[in-house]
Amino acid sequence: MDLTTLTIDEAAALLARRQISSIELTSAVMDRIRSSEAWVHSFITVTEEVALERARAADERRARGEAGVLLGIPVGIKDVILTKGIRTTAGSKILGQFIAPYNATVTERLLQAGAVCVGKTNCDEFAMGSSTENSGFMITRNPWDLERVPGGSSGGSASAVAARQCLGTLGTDTGGSIRQPAACCGVVGIKPTYGRVSRYGVVAYASSLDQVGPMANNVAGCAHLLAAIAGHDPRDSTSVNRCVPDYAAQLDAGIKGLRVGIPREYFVEGMQPEVEKAVRAAVSTLEKLGAQVSEVSLPHTDYAVPTYYVIATAEASSNLARYDGIKYGLRQDAESLLTMYQRTRATGFGSEVKRRIMLGTYVLSAGYYDAYYLKAQKVRTLIRRDFADVFATQDVIVTPTAPTTAFRIGEKTSDPLQMYLSDIFTISINLAGLPGISLPCGFDAQGLPIGLQIVGRPFEEETVLRAAYAYEQATEWHERRVSGF
Amino acid sequence: MALSREVVRHIAVLARLDLDEQEEAAITDQLDHILQYFEKLAALDTENVTPTAHVVEMTEAFREDVVLNPAAPEELRSNAPARDGDFFKVPKIIE
Amino acid sequence: MEYEPVIGLEVHAELLTQSKVFCACSTKFGAPPNQHTCPVCLGMPGSLPVLNRRVVEFAIRAGLATGCQIARYSRWARKNYFYPDLPKGYQISQYELPLCLGGAVEIEVDGASKRVRLTRIHMEEDTGKNIHDAHGDASLVDFNRCGVPLLEIVSEPDIRSAQEASAYLRKLRIILQYLEICDGNMEEGSFRCDANVSIRPLGAATLGTKVEIKNMNSFRAVERAVDYEIKRQREVLDGGGRLVQETRLWDPDREVTRSMRTKEFADDYRYFPEPDLLPLEVSDDWVAEVRRTLPELPDTRRQRFVREFGLPQYDAEVLTQRKDVSDYYEAAVRQYRNPKALSNWIMGDLLRLIRERKLDTALVIHDWPVAPERLAAMVELIDSGEISGKIAKAVFDEMVATGKTAVQIVSEQGLTQISDEGTILAAIEQVIAANADKVAQYRAGKDKLFGFFVGQVMKATQGKANPQKLSELLRAKLDA
Repeated sequence: MDLTTLTIDEAAALLARRQISSIELTSAVMDRIRSSEAWVHSFITVTEEVALERARAADERRARGEAGVLLGIPVGIKDVILTKGIRTTAGSKILGQFIAPYNATVTERLLQAGAVCVGKTNCDEFAMGSSTENSGFMITRNPWDLERVPGGSSGGSASAVAARQCLGTLGTDTGGSIRQPAACCGVVGIKPTYGRVSRYGVVAYASSLDQVGPMANNVAGCAHLLAAIAGHDPRDSTSVNRCVPDYAAQLDAGIKGLRVGIPREYFVEGMQPEVEKAVRAAVSTLEKLGAQVSEVSLPHTDYAVPTYYVIATAEASSNLARYDGIKYGLRQDAESLLTMYQRTRATGFGSEVKRRIMLGTYVLSAGYYDAYYLKAQKVRTLIRRDFADVFATQDVIVTPTAPTTAFRIGEKTSDPLQMYLSDIFTISINLAGLPGISLPCGFDAQGLPIGLQIVGRPFEEETVLRAAYAYEQATEWHERRVSGF
Repeated sequence: MALSREVVRHIAVLARLDLDEQEEAAITDQLDHILQYFEKLAALDTENVTPTAHVVEMTEAFREDVVLNPAAPEELRSNAPARDGDFFKVPKIIE
Repeated sequence: MEYEPVIGLEVHAELLTQSKVFCACSTKFGAPPNQHTCPVCLGMPGSLPVLNRRVVEFAIRAGLATGCQIARYSRWARKNYFYPDLPKGYQISQYELPLCLGGAVEIEVDGASKRVRLTRIHMEEDTGKNIHDAHGDASLVDFNRCGVPLLEIVSEPDIRSAQEASAYLRKLRIILQYLEICDGNMEEGSFRCDANVSIRPLGAATLGTKVEIKNMNSFRAVERAVDYEIKRQREVLDGGGRLVQETRLWDPDREVTRSMRTKEFADDYRYFPEPDLLPLEVSDDWVAEVRRTLPELPDTRRQRFVREFGLPQYDAEVLTQRKDVSDYYEAAVRQYRNPKALSNWIMGDLLRLIRERKLDTALVIHDWPVAPERLAAMVELIDSGEISGKIAKAVFDEMVATGKTAVQIVSEQGLTQISDEGTILAAIEQVIAANADKVAQYRAGKDKLFGFFVGQVMKATQGKANPQKLSELLRAKLDA
């Protein structure tokens, strides 16, 4: 049996019955990583020794009577999430040699649950990008077509799951960075409600938008991972003190009577026709399962991308000011302090990061603050209101995750704005702080996965997961596997 | 209102980024393009709209005034590019 | 041309909390470099701030003590700039919506009262410290101080002279000390001041060009710097020149203000709301609670000393100038209620000794040469007639030297005052008998000799004769 094709639930059952050990499972995963990395490049750092140690420890814990669905399960962690004692780069040369001095809260929680970290996954530098092409280290390839991008910024997390290099991963999502790569790679990924999961120990990109979330090859796997990492953290002032439900417990409750809204603004010109077709078919399936579907409107959708890029870049320009070559990270030595700052940052940051820092600095600068930053914050309120209005009569909103399937490597790198527009369906959800999931709903003629997005009210991850599960179980997309390497 | 090279240079200084001729020219073009796209927002009437600074509907959480951190471990300084004992070292700061 | 100086002062006060404002590191001064640090105050990737409740409590105290409006909702903001002692590349402060607005500080200059209004009080985090390394080609950064809570107190430009500036600072400092939120140590940097100085033609309504003065490390420095700057500005304008809006540093060695090396890069702080901290809500209940537990303020205490103890204004002022001295006074009076006598002893002998021994250089005197209760007990001995005022001086010195109580010393040394008329009369008769010629001279009109006889009787009684009784009986005998 190829252990790398197991879902988290399947692996957990075998482990619980002592039919396999975590060492066996982790070794199988390590073998798979070794044989596939040359093609996919999902990982910046593979932590084989640590993984085997942890697998051993998990087996020992089980022997002492401990249980838990994640005990001994191999997972990957996006390289913007700090893992103590292990190199954490955020995909950037400026942190190329940075050894994290502490664990992120989400890392701690996974460790407590007994999960086994196999490596740090590749991402766009500082999580800025939609294709992982902005990584300072390597290009990750989409396992479905190695000439195409895995999406971004959590491209490595998505490709690792799709290529069966581990059973689940953690990614982060600021403008779609979990959902869009999940769609590109045919896996499931969920961005929780803002405040549901702690950001402590997660390299900050845009503080009011960032969230950590799980990716796995099925909805249940995501549910288990989310349950492990969610919950209040006193070290994160923006984390919410609300109890964490057992997300996996009510997945199969069905969606009879669930009111589903389809926003007309999300079916635009320029969309790939196959994407539209697959999503509309998915909506029909939901209807057959008992959902009540209606058309709704999110009138300010068109303003989401500029709003996001003003706010996110502004916050990013400030969050990245700490990379100055003094306390940690790369330093370009120079005679004067000023030159040291300028050269360190010019050398350490890639061009997309520099561009966003410049943009963010500009929109906050004297004379421009009102017209850009303040304005964008107000438009953000309008976008939130749009969703609040729709959720008065709908329980979930369903849309395509991205306007196209995975594009070719290099296709959008010459025009930054083009790249930004590929986030058009995911970005509003971050602005409004809502929970959103992406799961596969078909494949295009080239065999590339198409993603379906389901969005819910704040803190209603259960509803979102339930709807996703119902759709998933009524279809076979999640059973299709990558082949060829 | 095209973005001028002067403004870009000034922003680069504020952001402590050393841009060479080429980069400066490219960034000026790209930023100009993007900023023009941002102009879209100006069309919206936001006269009486309160800005969103936080999406969480809560007010500030607190810590009690207790010292919890023991003397800082070496790990916190071990990533420093330049040190002098326990100090972080930088090129001379001139007042 | 007559000019009027217009001065505003900005004070940064370090708060006496145990831990820093956004993390649980210690604020204790004097640790080895970078010991009191953690991922948060070092600005490590992924770190986040969490607010220390006591910082807000202290800020509310300061706001209430100065009559400010405490905002129900206030916000945190990021002030963005690059400097080695600022690890995140931004300082978390308050900008558009500070915690306290309005308020004022009452000062007295040359007997006249004046009200200096406050613009605002807000909270922010302190930065680390840079020092030059031994070889002089690098700087060394210590982040122990980074994240220590600060209150920024901004006055309106109501101040009109260096004297007023100094009076304002002294008053503000003592208020903060009484509130027990700041120790007010200018030399060590827990109480810092920058001045904004401008001048305008007398009677003009608009403000002149404002110059910021930094690097004044004592009250004297502030007075001198402000005086110098006013003079400098006058000379420039009188000479037909124009003033530049700039920042100048006070040079304490040359006693001038010098223009800072022109900042090549004027900083644009790009303030925006801090996304990692939520709006701060201060409820009416919380304010009421702080108001209820507010320590007594210096002015209130001074007035109470006058009212409750019947002390003259002067005494009340001297005794309340330092919180530790006024606490001492209260403890003494509580032990034995002779407010005026205790006031005299404290203002005189005790404070003189404190100054001689330089004990007043400490911000709070802990090791008093004589405990307040013991001083009070000594005064009680004087009042009961047990010892005379003169003997008490000797007893006081002995108490300081040996740490014994007054009662112990009086008993051990047999210093009890002799009030028994018979004993005194006997001594008087002895002296009269031994100095017949002087007695004759006195009776002939040389009144001055009375002192001689007093001295002799005192000598005969080892200084222990009760002075009043001695006087009465001596006069009676001599004039007989």
